[in-house]
Amino acid sequence: MNFLGFGQTADIDVVFADSENRKYADCRMDENGKKEKLLLYYDGETISGKVNVTLKKPGTKLEHQGIKIELIGQIELFYDRGNHHEFLTQLKELARHGDLIKNTSYPFEFPNVEKPYEVYTGSNVRLRYFLRVTIVRRISDIVREIDIAVHTLSSYPEMNSPIKMEVGIEDCLHIEFEYNKSKYHLKDVIVGKIYFLLVRIKIKHMEIAIIKRETTGAGSNVFTENETIAKYEIMDGAPVKGESIPIRVFLAGYDLTPTMRDINKKFSVRYFLNLVLMDTEDRRYFKQQEITLWRKSEKTRKSLSNSAIGGTASTQGSTNNLTQAQQNATMPTHLVQGASSIHTSSDIQGSHTSPASSSNVVSASAAVDHPNMGLFTEEDSPQHEAQSKTRSNPLAFDTDEDKTPSKEEDDAPLSASKEQPQQQKSIDESSSLFDEPSATITEQQQSQSNNTAISNNDGEIETSAATADREASTAKD
Amino acid sequence: MNSPEENFENNSISRLATKKQSLDDMYSVPANFLEIDVVNPQTKIIAGKKKYTDYEIRMKTNLPVFKIKESSVRRRYSDFEWLRNELERDSKIVVPPLPSKAWKRQLPFWSDDGLFDENFIEERRKGLEIFVNKIAGHPLAQNERCLHMFLQEPVIDRGYTPGKVRNA
Repeated sequence: MNFLGFGQTADIDVVFADSENRKYADCRMDENGKKEKLLLYYDGETISGKVNVTLKKPGTKLEHQGIKIELIGQIELFYDRGNHHEFLTQLKELARHGDLIKNTSYPFEFPNVEKPYEVYTGSNVRLRYFLRVTIVRRISDIVREIDIAVHTLSSYPEMNSPIKMEVGIEDCLHIEFEYNKSKYHLKDVIVGKIYFLLVRIKIKHMEIAIIKRETTGAGSNVFTENETIAKYEIMDGAPVKGESIPIRVFLAGYDLTPTMRDINKKFSVRYFLNLVLMDTEDRRYFKQQEITLWRKSEKTRKSLSNSAIGGTASTQGSTNNLTQAQQNATMPTHLVQGASSIHTSSDIQGSHTSPASSSNVVSASAAVDHPNMGLFTEEDSPQHEAQSKTRSNPLAFDTDEDKTPSKEEDDAPLSASKEQPQQQKSIDESSSLFDEPSATITEQQQSQSNNTAISNNDGEIETSAATADREASTAKD
Repeated sequence: MNSPEENFENNSISRLATKKQSLDDMYSVPANFLEIDVVNPQTKIIAGKKKYTDYEIRMKTNLPVFKIKESSVRRRYSDFEWLRNELERDSKIVVPPLPSKAWKRQLPFWSDDGLFDENFIEERRKGLEIFVNKIAGHPLAQNERCLHMFLQEPVIDRGYTPGKVRNA
């Protein structure tokens, strides 16, 4: 409020420590998708640096009632603008009240800050972390906010069973679809296939789409927004019985975030694969299936040269689910039911975020001890495993987390769902295989042991048809 | 460093194993064969009553839900209207529209033949063909008894009992 240039004012700038060695993340800054590069921090890391206050009018003093810096993590719901929910606030006083007569630099440090959530900007909600520097003055404060990025990392899940299911419309269309995993990292590849068991409709083409579902609010104020992130035609033409159609979708090309479940009880971001078949009369038959996305730590160039492991991280597929993650990653609590975050500050010292400097700054022995800093791979040879100092508990993506069914009104629940402990139950967000009101649903879950598949098929067709009729008649009212 | 081929195998982005399709499945007639044509419009006069036009509905199919694999029946516009109403009431589908009723053409003083004009009948025939094909291929309409009666019975019994046709 210094109209006409009277009085003194100042510019605030924040310089972060080790910013040359730290990665930047491309973050969406507003709903329109405009992106900006923000300095990237991980859970448990220290945020430190200097605040530089530059007086705009050299020679004149700046009177103030104090200078402070806050680290804030907040969730903003767009329909409730102005109401920010802060889940993280830390404050450091930089200067007591006084006068600034020259440009001054104030160092600050927020040690080992817990950053439990990843930054996210969506259609209806925004989660961000930022530093706010305030020069308190009598009439008007001088404030500057600087955003930082936070990513939550996970390691290869212990259990990652394929999704395999037989779905269809009785006597018209029966298909069996399979996706090689249920949990994919953001640079992963979805490999799958569709097998046609019965085709009595005239199919024109088939496509697969990745859908992001953002749910905000709680209780009666739940608001859901679906966004189709990608659509990909996988078949053109009319298949017949016995044909198999392969699926291969590379996730790295799309703007995806990890799956976020009930973040601070405020919002969720979930991802679904939507398989859509279209017939010659433009009727759509679809099956949605939830997948879990997680963020893998990236290998940097310097740690690549350190490690003895060949291949690149981006092409890591995963058939071997038994390899244990070696790194000391914090496991985001919202990804695992009931488990608490596993990290200690000592773990974080040697964590994946400073791999770039490892070869220079860290001593040779340390480099050997943590050769795979920042590396999440299944190709860990036994020698590396032996050398790693601390090993966090391998990430247990609990399959139970996927078993909670969503409360959608007119989903026909799987009529005879067999809950075998190691098996993953799909979530029927919208299990109708038909793009019409109150479509019939017929599903038989394919057990991985497969022995009972055939007999179950017969038994279940009756019940599913009955369910479908009942569903249809109630829905029609 | 592995070769790209080795990487492809090791990293498991290669295709999932699939069942081989039998030659029978590969080359036999597809299970979705369904052809319905609306052809041969003929204008008739019922003794004493007015003229009307009817069309031949020729159907060939191998779908098991249809008892008769080849059929030919004659239907007039009001029969199509009856079918549409039955389906609207009983089935769960969104029934496509019929070509228009053409009330205007029933009035006199048309420079052409009114309701029996060749071009009008041809337009109507096309619309009826689109209509019946849309419905007959619809999985949720295929088991309606009214549809089967419409397509395959020589005469529509308007006093029938509505219901579903169960697959044999």
